[in-house]
Amino acid sequence: MVGVSGLVDKVVDGYQRDRDMLIQILLELQRGFGWLPEEALNEVSRQLGVPLTRVYQIATFYKAFSLTPKGRHLIRVCMGTACQVRGAPLIRDRVQHLIGVEPGGTTPDMRFTFETVNCLGCCAMGPVMTVDNDYHGHLPIPDVEKVIGVYK
Amino acid sequence: MKEELVTLKIDDKEVKAKKGMTILEAAKEAGIEIPTLCYHEKLAPYGACRICSVDVERKGRVHVVAACGYPVEQGLVVRTRSPRIDRIRKTIIELVSCTIMVDGDVVGEIRVLADEYKADIHRFESRFRASPTRCILCGQCVRYCSEVIGIHVIGFVGRGVDRRVVFFPQRAQFCPTCQECFYLCPTGKIAAETAGDTFPGFSIDDYLSGKMLIK
Amino acid sequence: MPRINSPSELERLREETRGKRDPNKPCITLCSGTACHASDSESVSEAFGRALKEKGLEGEIDLRRTGCHGFCERGPLVVIYPEEICYTRVKPEDALEIVQSVREKKVVDCLLYTDPVTGARIKREPKIPFYENQQRIVFGPNRWIDPKNIEDYLFLGGYRALSKALFEMSPEQVLEEIKKANLRGRGGGGFPAGRKWEETKKTPREPKYVIVNCDEGDPGAYMDRSLMEGNPHSVLEGLIIGAYTIGSHEGFVYVRQEYPLAVENLEIALKQAEEYGFLGENILGSEFSFRVKIHRGAGAFVSGESSALMNAIEGRLGEPRMKYIHTAVSGIKDRPSCLNNVETWATVPLIINKGAEWFNSIGTDKSKGTKIFSLVGKVNNTGLVEVPMGMTLRQIIYDIGGGIAKGEKFKGVQTGGPSGGIIPEQYLDTPVDFDELTKLGSIMGSGGMVVMDENTCMVDTARYFINFCCEESCGKCIPCREGLRLLREILNDICEGKGKENDIELIEDIAETMRDASFCALGTTAANPVLTTLKYFGDEYETHIKEKRCPAKFCKNLINYWIDSEKCQACMICLRNCPTEAIQGGKNLLHWIVQEKCIKCGICYEVCPPRFGAVVKLSGEPVPPPPAPGTEVVRKEGG
Repeated sequence: MVGVSGLVDKVVDGYQRDRDMLIQILLELQRGFGWLPEEALNEVSRQLGVPLTRVYQIATFYKAFSLTPKGRHLIRVCMGTACQVRGAPLIRDRVQHLIGVEPGGTTPDMRFTFETVNCLGCCAMGPVMTVDNDYHGHLPIPDVEKVIGVYK
Repeated sequence: MKEELVTLKIDDKEVKAKKGMTILEAAKEAGIEIPTLCYHEKLAPYGACRICSVDVERKGRVHVVAACGYPVEQGLVVRTRSPRIDRIRKTIIELVSCTIMVDGDVVGEIRVLADEYKADIHRFESRFRASPTRCILCGQCVRYCSEVIGIHVIGFVGRGVDRRVVFFPQRAQFCPTCQECFYLCPTGKIAAETAGDTFPGFSIDDYLSGKMLIK
Repeated sequence: MPRINSPSELERLREETRGKRDPNKPCITLCSGTACHASDSESVSEAFGRALKEKGLEGEIDLRRTGCHGFCERGPLVVIYPEEICYTRVKPEDALEIVQSVREKKVVDCLLYTDPVTGARIKREPKIPFYENQQRIVFGPNRWIDPKNIEDYLFLGGYRALSKALFEMSPEQVLEEIKKANLRGRGGGGFPAGRKWEETKKTPREPKYVIVNCDEGDPGAYMDRSLMEGNPHSVLEGLIIGAYTIGSHEGFVYVRQEYPLAVENLEIALKQAEEYGFLGENILGSEFSFRVKIHRGAGAFVSGESSALMNAIEGRLGEPRMKYIHTAVSGIKDRPSCLNNVETWATVPLIINKGAEWFNSIGTDKSKGTKIFSLVGKVNNTGLVEVPMGMTLRQIIYDIGGGIAKGEKFKGVQTGGPSGGIIPEQYLDTPVDFDELTKLGSIMGSGGMVVMDENTCMVDTARYFINFCCEESCGKCIPCREGLRLLREILNDICEGKGKENDIELIEDIAETMRDASFCALGTTAANPVLTTLKYFGDEYETHIKEKRCPAKFCKNLINYWIDSEKCQACMICLRNCPTEAIQGGKNLLHWIVQEKCIKCGICYEVCPPRFGAVVKLSGEPVPPPPAPGTEVVRKEGG
């Protein structure tokens, strides 16, 4: 992939090649690429001088990192306790039924990546679903289809 | 500098130990056996198996600690066996049996512990619905490769029940093929899953493809 | 902005700032915390900007975007100063009218808070019962501060405590004051902060580190987020004072990556603090130097555990370490490290300014001061509330929370997140503090308080928390990893009607092993929700296992949706909305659900007009046979 080592170089430099900042560096690369390609992980290991095993250990441990490309739109259904008691599981099931992938998955046409998240901190609006940067609160189950239909 | 010694009691026996030692180390020197699954004398204490759990009494209160990591103290009272400790060890063996059973039985040190603590290795079978991994995640292979050999060819990936040990083929060129990891593995998984080859037969690619996480 | 190099320069700047601000000049403040942002406070802000411009009032009326006010149920919130007029649920189209009313010194009645019982409209913010019953010593300033402007913080007296600590007190004196104040950690553990500071200070190793834990992971708790977003300087000031006391010159703030606004506002605050001389070399012209770095989390609840967090700061995997040796002695890179929660640090400047005695006058015998709670769930007034320790659950949920939403009946309140438990009605008069809730089998924890009503299934709630911990477990130790896996399967089975007679025994056994032998507090406390629900709602488990019935009518496998023929008015709404076309019937013909096609999505239940209420959930009873096809509906009067 063109430019992978270049971007890694830039990001690692931005953190003064400090090994302690490994997780921060990976976060920035995740943001930059939209995911963490294998080449990026190899480059980070090489340029920072940390074992490849540790880079993979961290990249596979945290929910923020994806080792596969993500869809165009990110659907997140909040499953925090407050949303849970206000019916979030039915919202989650509805989304799953509509787009055909489980939480954690991406639709084959790369349109949606679907995730559940543990508390967006908007409990007053529960149940809450976000699509990209848009918040949809007090979401009635019948409206879910209409809401995600907007995002092509 | 003179080494500071402390006196503690392990199972009613008075034991002298150097400050900085762990209960496990002090017990070993005094000839007292505490079972372990993830401990190795060349590796930093890891504390994952919890089999070495012991009762310690301190300031009148008793609580359970991992002997492999707890530092000795002057006046500490340690019990390596008690109804609570025995039940803990029994349940740990029962919990872990599901994922490591082969042909309806467990092997090695786990078999020994199952006998000693009268564990029913089939107890949770009906509720275990994942694919058995044959791995207790003791980490001896991973830690030996990184701490002693220093080559980092085998590592942990994933989290929780999806945590796995994998071999990194891209690091194969650095592997000294010492096969220490084969010998260390308490369940015999590494040897069993390597088809006569040099390297462990389960790689990072198997993990990323999802093969290792199928239920 | 030249750096401030002495306490007198600071006070001079403060006086100047105060001199520049006319206390009588009208100011429109708009809550801009994440929750109000989600309610589109952004558009409201733009509308105000446009309205002020249109009316040519930009010079006469100030507009300030502040941090979270706490009354999240009624956001977006606007408070007009100096009169403290509070408007709730403000929409962009209200902006013009509000601006006009400010100019004319009038009030927009329809936007005022209305008391749900008396119907009275309440004008002034402090008089609204939700606020009146609180004691907002830590959280209160949020409503006066634009977090992106350090001068707002200075205006209110900010950094005076730091100046006092650096120039009028020795580190030992500050330590004594914190110890005397009996400040206990607000992150969940409740450990005496003074003792932790002292242990870090006394350990003879350098360098020493201080850390802010803003990893707030309990689902349903967002106090730290709102504090960090809305008043980052209060946290910073506390941290710097702590660093001075302990002898640390490098600090870290660990923030969840799910809190981008908190990170953004913190970065601005750090930059401004440095500019003004509150951070960096020779703070305020003293001999003390201190720097702060931000570390973001990457999506793991377990990394909020103090030793795991320190691992993450070292660039290692954020899983816990053995803590038989306190991290105050050996933490980051083996050095003495003092970690405290956001709220704990934010309380420090107050104690230094007003004294330990004042702090001890609030709260209970062993729990001093106030605590911020996130009061959420089936309660009318959802939001963040700050009350003195010792206020009862009943007072919080009813006097402040306004009681149970939609007129339902209270069933229980969940406190302490995944490490806590659910407290039933008979204990509503329990005072809330570090120790009282623990006696009941729960914990106060970091402050999450989720109110539940009769429609909440307690077995499912236990299942929910076990599932949460199972997903968040780091997987290192056997009791937690394998124990949670099995507990999850057992609870799933019970909720699906596949529970077995000896399941309770199995659960208790596994729970006990987890509690005794897990590596860290995630594992040792993960079984608390199950154990407390077994204790207080044990009959619900029995009902699920023996009768295959869910009293709350929640567990999908144990319920059926059914249309009551006596109530159905054949309006076709449910029929049209059913995603699997499971509803038969037609215009004027009674509707009925084909059970084999029903996926229990709940849509028909939601869309059936409340005046009919014909869709009913059944559990533990057979579904009545459907009406003969073609049966006409019996029209009700006024139907």
